[in-house]
Amino acid sequence: MSSVAGAHDAPHENAHGHTFGSFVSTYVFSLDHKIIGLQFLFSTLLWFLVGGLLALGIRWQLAYPWHDMPVIGRMLFAEQGGQISPEFYTMLFTMHATVMIFFVIIPILAGAFGNYLIPLMIGADDMAFPTLNMLSYWFMWPAFIAIGSSFFAPGNGAASGWTSYPPLSTMQTASPGSGPAQTLWLLGVTFVGISSMMGSVNYMTTIIQMRAPGMTMFRLPMTIWGMFITAVLQAFALPVLTAAGFMQLMDRVVGTGFFAPEALVVNNAAAVTGGGQPLLWQHLFWFYSHPAVYIMILPAMGMVSDIIACFSRKPLFGYKPMVYSISGIAGLGFIVWGHHMFVSGMNPVLGLTFMTSTMLIALPSAVKVFNWLGTIWGGNIQFTTPMLFALSFVSMFVIGGLSGIFMAATPVDIFIHDTYFIVAHFHYVLFAGTAMAVFGGIYFWFPKMFGRMMDERLGKVHFLLTFVFLNGTFFTMHILGAVGFPRRLADPYHYETFRHLLPMNRFMTWCAIGMVGTQIIFAFNFFYSMFFGRRVGRNPWGANSLEWAAPSPPGHGNFDFQPIVYRGPYEYGSPESDTDYYPQTQPPPTPGAHPVPSPAHS
Amino acid sequence: MGYSRWNRWWSILFLLVPVLGVATFAVSMAEVGPFHRHWLPDNVNEFGGVIDDLYYFILYLTGAIFVGTGLAQFWFMWKYDGGQHSEPVKYTHGSHTLEVVWSILPAATLLFIAIYQMNAWADQKMRRPVIDVGSDQEEGTADDVYQEPLAVVTGRQFEWRIRYVLPGEDGKTGTSDDDLHIVNDLHIPVNEKVVLQIESQDVLHSFFLPNLRVKQDVVPGMKQFVWFQANRTGVYDIVCAELCGWGHYKMKGRLTVESRSDFDRWVAEQYALQQSTQLPMTTSMTESE
Repeated sequence: MSSVAGAHDAPHENAHGHTFGSFVSTYVFSLDHKIIGLQFLFSTLLWFLVGGLLALGIRWQLAYPWHDMPVIGRMLFAEQGGQISPEFYTMLFTMHATVMIFFVIIPILAGAFGNYLIPLMIGADDMAFPTLNMLSYWFMWPAFIAIGSSFFAPGNGAASGWTSYPPLSTMQTASPGSGPAQTLWLLGVTFVGISSMMGSVNYMTTIIQMRAPGMTMFRLPMTIWGMFITAVLQAFALPVLTAAGFMQLMDRVVGTGFFAPEALVVNNAAAVTGGGQPLLWQHLFWFYSHPAVYIMILPAMGMVSDIIACFSRKPLFGYKPMVYSISGIAGLGFIVWGHHMFVSGMNPVLGLTFMTSTMLIALPSAVKVFNWLGTIWGGNIQFTTPMLFALSFVSMFVIGGLSGIFMAATPVDIFIHDTYFIVAHFHYVLFAGTAMAVFGGIYFWFPKMFGRMMDERLGKVHFLLTFVFLNGTFFTMHILGAVGFPRRLADPYHYETFRHLLPMNRFMTWCAIGMVGTQIIFAFNFFYSMFFGRRVGRNPWGANSLEWAAPSPPGHGNFDFQPIVYRGPYEYGSPESDTDYYPQTQPPPTPGAHPVPSPAHS
Repeated sequence: MGYSRWNRWWSILFLLVPVLGVATFAVSMAEVGPFHRHWLPDNVNEFGGVIDDLYYFILYLTGAIFVGTGLAQFWFMWKYDGGQHSEPVKYTHGSHTLEVVWSILPAATLLFIAIYQMNAWADQKMRRPVIDVGSDQEEGTADDVYQEPLAVVTGRQFEWRIRYVLPGEDGKTGTSDDDLHIVNDLHIPVNEKVVLQIESQDVLHSFFLPNLRVKQDVVPGMKQFVWFQANRTGVYDIVCAELCGWGHYKMKGRLTVESRSDFDRWVAEQYALQQSTQLPMTTSMTESE
């Protein structure tokens, strides 16, 4: 058991003492960051399945509108003869986005990878606040229950979009899903926020306070930088969403009028009070949810940077520019929220300001892409499964980034706003980007988590099919967007303008079915390898960062020695080292030539 | 780690990204075969061309970057495939010069796009048509007299209620009793600058005319204006583009662009019909679809 730099007195030590050896304290209410990370991982992967199935429901309706849904249609909507009803469709896309954003992407990046990797990669024995860490996981459960039970409320779930714009979301009469389901939705999102806030405080403190001796801020792996900046974003942006959520809750249940204008009547029911402004919600919501877009990608960018450098066997190109660019994205990320509102009725003069800041935020993203390309240039590329996922992140993020320029251009946004162009854009960023990085991350760190490798051959099949199907599903959305095909319509084909787009939608649906089906390979590989995968030692990939110096899987307290950090994490191919990697913990060859650095903080 | 000869194919797979990406856009733009009408719908707005021009400008610019980065990624993956060569890696931590170059070039390009489009945005959303610039002879000042809206379009779950502001029998505009009330059927004269006042009666909606490149969310409690000049007669879709409830998908209207004489005749006919039925409009108009 190491005591890292005496930075804290390891309050979790009790947890693995003889008296607390029970299953419950080890695997359920565990204080160990690794167990908590895995709890997040398993929970979010389960919700990933739910979100994927909801997406297939959407795709079914768009390919075969009003056709009976095969097999499950009869079970779900017997009274409609197996058809998806328009209100059910509205619920589907609302809950698909809600589940994917709040229960999958945010918690899998910060909760699963953040928890698992932060202490290991900075050389700490655990998080700064293990109890808070445990609570951050268990506060997800009220959210799971609230959102889960909203499926059984009238309307089968919230149905005002994941953006939950009032008055649709505040007036109980507005839509079948605007009743209790919407209240449960708000409670669920609030609990996710509480969980994220607990995580955020913990990550910031841990990264600042608990780094191993020699681990200066500029020796941190990019994954940790991504997690750190994300934690900062969450800490500053989340209170706004929480406040806005409570305001909406008050509008709904107490009868305040934050978002209800004077004399509002929806579906023959009047609002209790008026004098509010629906646009206020949009401002507050996007003040959180735009930074949240970066919360959903910065850790992925960090993970991709680490994977690419490792399998290029070459230092990361432009480490400091990479750090500055994610910081730049985070800073600019707070002043671009209005680009979601160009045609919302917001003062168009303000649109010009937000357009300019939005254009500028493309710059740090471009810098990152160029640096990733610079990293593989001149490398010794090993096409492992994690590397393929990481390379596809770069390739796909370019598409998602460039399509953003169209919508940042305010006049163009007039036409493409709320069309499938937008849907294409954020799926390229969030699925083709983040989800692919997450897969890469799972393949990469799996041997650390379970001491066994995932099967490479199955991994490559999984990659290939996912890559092909995702492009079949999402690339074509750009074309739909160019025609002006609107989002969120249960049946767009009764418009003359869009009637002929059905064949393309069928193609996309079959690709989507293929994409979801492909994940069976992943699930099989994951669980099979957990028990029967090839056993490996500490460092199967020949990587530099600290987690690879710990046992696989690491025990409580992580390291069986005191890690001391001598260099940055990207010294691959260094002439100073005999191997093509040079772990951060390996002392320099001539003792004395490089004095042992002092601790990062004293 | 074992190397397989299959690894050569991974670079090819990534080469397919720019190749098939460009091909998809190319066949859609050319509207060949099954891709007929898989591109920007016909623009019939005199002021909408600028949006299309900007779309093409950004498309070509981003297309070039997409192809450039895609080819570079393919080439690096092909050339530096670890299974194919044994030279030592280029042990470098980056290049200050390159970082400066690839920061300044995109920054300049992005700022250029930002400034370049400002005028188009102002024309679409800020410079509401003026009929009299006032005594100072300058547009954009407080004494401008704006063009009156041809009609007030009000979104409501799930229909578009249209009110033509007519002088009517009392000879005065603004008295709603003698206005013409229509649902989901908007007629406008061709080759004339048209201003519409758009409002919402209940939740958010968005007034979207794909063929005129017009989109504006309507917000209850707010009064907004859109303007355009249709230059081709025909019938076009009015789409609701902001989620407004379970029936959002069916909130469909029809825009008829016709000659001034046809338009005047239609208004007169409809007005006569309205007066003859003697029903309050709320009962006669809710049966929309």
